[in-house]
Amino acid sequence: MIQTDQSRIKPAVKAHDVSINIRLSRLQLTGFRNHAELDLHIDHRPVVICGPNGMGKTNVLEAISLLTPGRGLRQARYGDMAAQNGDGGFSIHAKITTAQGDMGVGTGVMADAPERRVVRIDGTSASSASALGRIMRALWLTPDMDRLFVDPASTRRRFLDRLALALDPDHADHGAIYERAMRQRNKLMREAKANGTQPDPAWVEGLERQMAESGVALSAGRRATLTRLQGYIAASPDGPFPRPQLALAGLVESWLEQAPALEVEDRFSTHLARGRARDFEAGRCLEGPHTADLAVRHGPKDQAAALCSTGEQKALLIGMILAHARGLTADGLGPVLLLDEVAAHLDQIRRAALFETILDLRLQAWMTGTDAVLFEHLGDCAQYPSIKPAMVTNG
Amino acid sequence: MGGPEIERLIQLLSKLPGLGPRSARRAALHLMTRKDTLMIPLNDALSNAAARVTACGICGNLDSIDPCAICRDNRRDPKLLCVIEDVGDLWALERTASFRGRYHVLGGTLSALEGVKPEDLSIGALMARLEESAGEITEVILALNATVDGQTTVHYLVDRLKALGLKVSRIAHGVPVGGELDYLDDGTLSAALASRRAVGS
Repeated sequence: MIQTDQSRIKPAVKAHDVSINIRLSRLQLTGFRNHAELDLHIDHRPVVICGPNGMGKTNVLEAISLLTPGRGLRQARYGDMAAQNGDGGFSIHAKITTAQGDMGVGTGVMADAPERRVVRIDGTSASSASALGRIMRALWLTPDMDRLFVDPASTRRRFLDRLALALDPDHADHGAIYERAMRQRNKLMREAKANGTQPDPAWVEGLERQMAESGVALSAGRRATLTRLQGYIAASPDGPFPRPQLALAGLVESWLEQAPALEVEDRFSTHLARGRARDFEAGRCLEGPHTADLAVRHGPKDQAAALCSTGEQKALLIGMILAHARGLTADGLGPVLLLDEVAAHLDQIRRAALFETILDLRLQAWMTGTDAVLFEHLGDCAQYPSIKPAMVTNG
Repeated sequence: MGGPEIERLIQLLSKLPGLGPRSARRAALHLMTRKDTLMIPLNDALSNAAARVTACGICGNLDSIDPCAICRDNRRDPKLLCVIEDVGDLWALERTASFRGRYHVLGGTLSALEGVKPEDLSIGALMARLEESAGEITEVILALNATVDGQTTVHYLVDRLKALGLKVSRIAHGVPVGGELDYLDDGTLSAALASRRAVGS
């Protein structure tokens, strides 16, 4: 049971249908960050976790984000996620309600192997975390992402890849293969340069072929995601969140506009071979999907997002997340939303619009904040678990 | 807990693949409570294996005779040579009973990140073996894992082998037996399309 302080919350919206998208119905943490033990029983409604800084609100969101492929919303090392006074391991277990029924999903690391993630689905070990992407999709928004449009392109690529992962669970694998092959090619070049030699051409060529195959798949996945997102944005109703204009800038991405993927693979492979001397001097690969960028403009103002005010940038970002969530839901892939400190920087109109959208889409959104008043609009349509460091009370 | 002998046993067992400290303790206890039926026979088997099993001087397989039984077997097809990463892969292929040629164990795959270079693998021995076969070996089958390192090694070997004028093939990647196309990832499906072969007349 979740504690709801009825006297404090004034319902402002009516209850919605309980038939919602994928959701968590129970979350158990052991030795994760500052939660020695946590056991939350959740119903279908959005979840609001309120309290002072340092009580572990974001840690709960991070734990849920780890129920999808990747390193979660903080991109932290697994070793850093274990409780400081614990044995070095941690576990996250959730009961997930899907259209096909309930599933038990667990992940964590063992104390003796703190960098090796273990994934179990319905009690059976999964070969990799990619399997999680076939069960649950999650989109998140954290205060760190406020600088998305002014930070380096890598931040926007990671953001787009997260959106792509919600559509295609294998998207992360393409990125991982590309990164591994590129890191090996870079290392061979740096070592050869340091030794005053040339890297073994047959070895480098083998790595370039891997980069071409996985890199084109990665870029194609990003392009497909962008096309879907543009459609979702166009189909979204008008509201207080401005419509963004999106474009993907990159070498391989531009080739994919003109030629089929298999042809682009050969072209990229040849391009890498021709660029070896230049990359050798630089000590790294200078062009490829790892240098692509997501260009975002404020639609109504026709202005680069990076030049917009802080508030406008936040509204653009929320608009993109909500449009993607709306589109995924329409496609039967409704995600869990993780919104960390999202209400604090929104005016009343946008805050209400955000809550109404979440309720309209019947999404299970997990929201955190330091001030419960900001969530008054949700009333009984949300649930308000009370957590404390190292323990939780349900009821 | 139970003396240094037990601690040492647990410590050694925990170094085995798939065993952590907890499962190593369980295995140690299992052995100690079945001393006559399991622990002593296991000890004898380990001692015998340590004394007699060596890597085959030709292919790298593990056997108590050198050359190994597969290399000595005259019924195997001498024209076919299958290159695999390790002995576990050889055992996997032998279990299928579908390959009647001989093997060459590379001892790993190229990995710049882990510092595994061509000279750390038995690539030199492979080249020498092929040259010394004086045309007896006509096809080399590359059966390496479909990982970045496995496929990089395939590309590398193809480049090295092309000078010998042999037929070089690699095992197919694609639709698993019993698999449905709708459930395959894009990469596997692309690989299956690229590896298609003609059917019918």
